[in-house]
Amino acid sequence: MPRAVLIVEQAGPLTTIQDAGRPGHMRHGVTASGPVDRPGFAAAHAALGNEPGGAAVELSHGGITLRCIEGEVGFALAGGDFAARVDADSLGSWTTGILRPGSRLTIRDGMHGNWATLAFAGSIDCRRWLGSAATLALAGLGGGRLVAGDTITIDADPVGENASWHYPEPPAETGPVRIVLGPQQQFFAAESIEALLSQPFAAAPAFDRMGMVLDGPSLPPLSVTMLSAPLLRGAIQVNGVGAATILLADHQTTAGYPRIATVISADIDRAAQHRPGETLRFAAVDVAEAIAIARRKAAASAGYLRLLAAGQGSLAERLFSANLIDGVVDGRELS
Amino acid sequence: MTVIPTIKPVGDTGLLFEFGSVIDPAVFDRILAIDAALAADPPAGMQETIPAYASLLVVYDPLVTDAATLETDVMRRAQRGGTAAPAGTDHIIPMCHDADLAPDLADAGARLGITPDALVAAHLGAEYRVYMYGFAPGYAYMDGVPPALHLPRKAVPARSRPVGSIMIAGGQCLITTLPMPTGWWVIGRTSTQVLCPHAASPFLFQPGDRVRFRAVSRAEFEAG
Repeated sequence: MPRAVLIVEQAGPLTTIQDAGRPGHMRHGVTASGPVDRPGFAAAHAALGNEPGGAAVELSHGGITLRCIEGEVGFALAGGDFAARVDADSLGSWTTGILRPGSRLTIRDGMHGNWATLAFAGSIDCRRWLGSAATLALAGLGGGRLVAGDTITIDADPVGENASWHYPEPPAETGPVRIVLGPQQQFFAAESIEALLSQPFAAAPAFDRMGMVLDGPSLPPLSVTMLSAPLLRGAIQVNGVGAATILLADHQTTAGYPRIATVISADIDRAAQHRPGETLRFAAVDVAEAIAIARRKAAASAGYLRLLAAGQGSLAERLFSANLIDGVVDGRELS
Repeated sequence: MTVIPTIKPVGDTGLLFEFGSVIDPAVFDRILAIDAALAADPPAGMQETIPAYASLLVVYDPLVTDAATLETDVMRRAQRGGTAAPAGTDHIIPMCHDADLAPDLADAGARLGITPDALVAAHLGAEYRVYMYGFAPGYAYMDGVPPALHLPRKAVPARSRPVGSIMIAGGQCLITTLPMPTGWWVIGRTSTQVLCPHAASPFLFQPGDRVRFRAVSRAEFEAG
């Protein structure tokens, strides 16, 4: 397969290689990692016609600047409102494009979102650990963090005729971030649970792949003597002085600070896209409702990804663009 | 032994089976036995399990199963019995107590009302059991710190501590594998690596293993 080589001229501090992750190792303290924004990651691969789950570049604030020094390769950008430019051409967000020798790709954070995926048509040649290229940032394991001077080598698919495609974004999701209370809600007074469910919180300036700190009402635990117990992505963990953090893709696998609630799997990715200062509100659902939401979201997501995989100019895309398919894309309408 | 767990949802992708709120070797043997039974006969939709001191987290795919079905599947396997907890291996870990490698030794001793030497002697005199990995890759949590050395964690974690730091909190002891912030008390350091990422078996300990510490000189520590 033809090779494409890109040089990293500049990268924000949270730029890493991520694939779908390395599940199955939490019993050894190894979290799954993978993209913080999984819907964007899936969209970028689908828009290129890639198999799902391959290695891509995850970006955050500060973006990235790449120069192509060999070969040619298609790329796709997805997630938030990050904007791509190839040389003098502004391509915007949720777009594909082509890099050729000498091309410079510049991606900058636009109006909203903390996380974006830059995927390439083909596969990135990178380091793996325990079978996955996902970077576990704090351990420096997996594909790794990207910094100025690094090169990215890609086994590139042949590039197509279309220079770029501004593909449809997934339906916007709004409303409160839904949570299942617990599993350690017994560590909190009723007033703290009430504050979590009724008061606004804001994303604090501190965030990374491990977690996103929240500004808001203090939720002081009744005790800080808790036996360490396992947790999952989406945990809302409260430290000894009452500050809450939503744990993300590189979350610790166990911890001894109590989790007042856990963000449901359908809402954790969009919760992580709240920029510092933006407001979040939480609403409680029970586990049966959370599972029903997860199933509805998976069906809608599958329909959307099939639409992208069908490609530019397809009937599915024209229906979507003409708004004939409503917000939630039902897979049956597209098959 | 029979222990009836309390079962709690962890979002829509996990069920936490809690077997009380204290560390009990017999309860932990039961947790390891259930963990082994689930590995031998995984319920539909189960993705992985995470054993801990007094709990077992079962991770599932909500597109394949649901919390009620999984709970039934897990409890059926737990009650069937017949799977023993693993026997475990013995380890001896060299440990240097020089002041720059043990930044919390003096403070911890002062809080406990004992000399640093008495703290070190009590720590070296005990046997520890590996209960679980957690927090970060290779962080193996051990129980067995003598009651005279029990200290609460600091309310706010201290900034980064180096790899190989040996630290205590409550009855727990562990060896760090990454430079990480921690609320625990660092009382020494080892050159032994608990996490060797690219080895065929990257993790030195398995849950159920036993560990003792041996004091070594600066020279022996630096020789690795």
